[in-house]
Amino acid sequence: MNRQKTTIFLQGVRDGIPVALGYLAVSFSLGIMARGAGLSPLQGFAASLLNNASAGEYAAFTAIAANAAYAEVALITLIANARYLLMSCALSQRISPETKSYHRLLIGFDVTDELFGLAVAREGWLPPRYFYGAMSLPLLGWSSGTALGIVAGNILPGRVVTALSVALYGMFLAVVIPPSRKSKAVAGLVLASFVASFAVSKLVPGLSSGMRTIVLTVVLCAAAAILFPVREEARDAA
Amino acid sequence: MRHNIWAYIAVMAVTSYLIRVLPLTLIRRPIQNRFLRSFLYYVPYVTLSVMTFPAILEATGSPIAGALALAAGIISAWLGAGLLPTAVVCCVVVFISEFFLK
Repeated sequence: MNRQKTTIFLQGVRDGIPVALGYLAVSFSLGIMARGAGLSPLQGFAASLLNNASAGEYAAFTAIAANAAYAEVALITLIANARYLLMSCALSQRISPETKSYHRLLIGFDVTDELFGLAVAREGWLPPRYFYGAMSLPLLGWSSGTALGIVAGNILPGRVVTALSVALYGMFLAVVIPPSRKSKAVAGLVLASFVASFAVSKLVPGLSSGMRTIVLTVVLCAAAAILFPVREEARDAA
Repeated sequence: MRHNIWAYIAVMAVTSYLIRVLPLTLIRRPIQNRFLRSFLYYVPYVTLSVMTFPAILEATGSPIAGALALAAGIISAWLGAGLLPTAVVCCVVVFISEFFLK
């Protein structure tokens, strides 16, 4: 039994490796930005350890650089991170009803785009242990990458940073493509998401990417839920 | 007046945490409503797809490198590659293609 628990944790750690590497690259550039907002390496480390949000932190650092009011920083963080509200709602359906509260409080600490992707890619109920394994290295990569970016912005060659920056997208594809093979509804929805996201980014350039994600998620998922309601047994297979 | 950076960090942290933890702690059992269930079932696919494209084209030095990474990622995942292999394939494609594109 203990062995099985360790295995699940280690599966999480393994799946978290590409996330951690991607985070290291992304948070490195975030650190360069945080430095401009006046954060020390320790403050950058703390901000990333406690927030785990690229767009949210980026938006908040911009506000901090402008000496914004605390309430404004709270509002900006809320808007830029609102998609996590949707993700956590979706994730709540993947957690067994028997799961204890402290597990929910800990999992909630690190619901990010990528870790959410890992969690939903697993079949059946999400074992908290898997999530803890998955979040361990990314947490470290994200916060230390931010601190490193503040200390020295240009250690890594630009070419390497660019190449690493697509790691996250590769992971997203690995989450959405396999179910698209099995379900035409999901395949159509993924394609529709690509097209709609591209169209909105061109037609409404002023809309932040965080807001675009929220609006399109609500609209497209509502349409899909009406057109292709999920059958009872489909949920566990997903 | 200058605001305190640690207070800023605390404000950010509390806001981010509440957004994530409230749904997880408040929604404790399977939702019965078919529309809501279907809606939440589709959320991950739409959210991740919307965030991938067109952002992948802008993440790289040349949009062509991003497009190649997208194609390579879709093909790898379609053929059954897992998260790490697909991510590595995308990175390698960008790293190599940018040598020729710049």
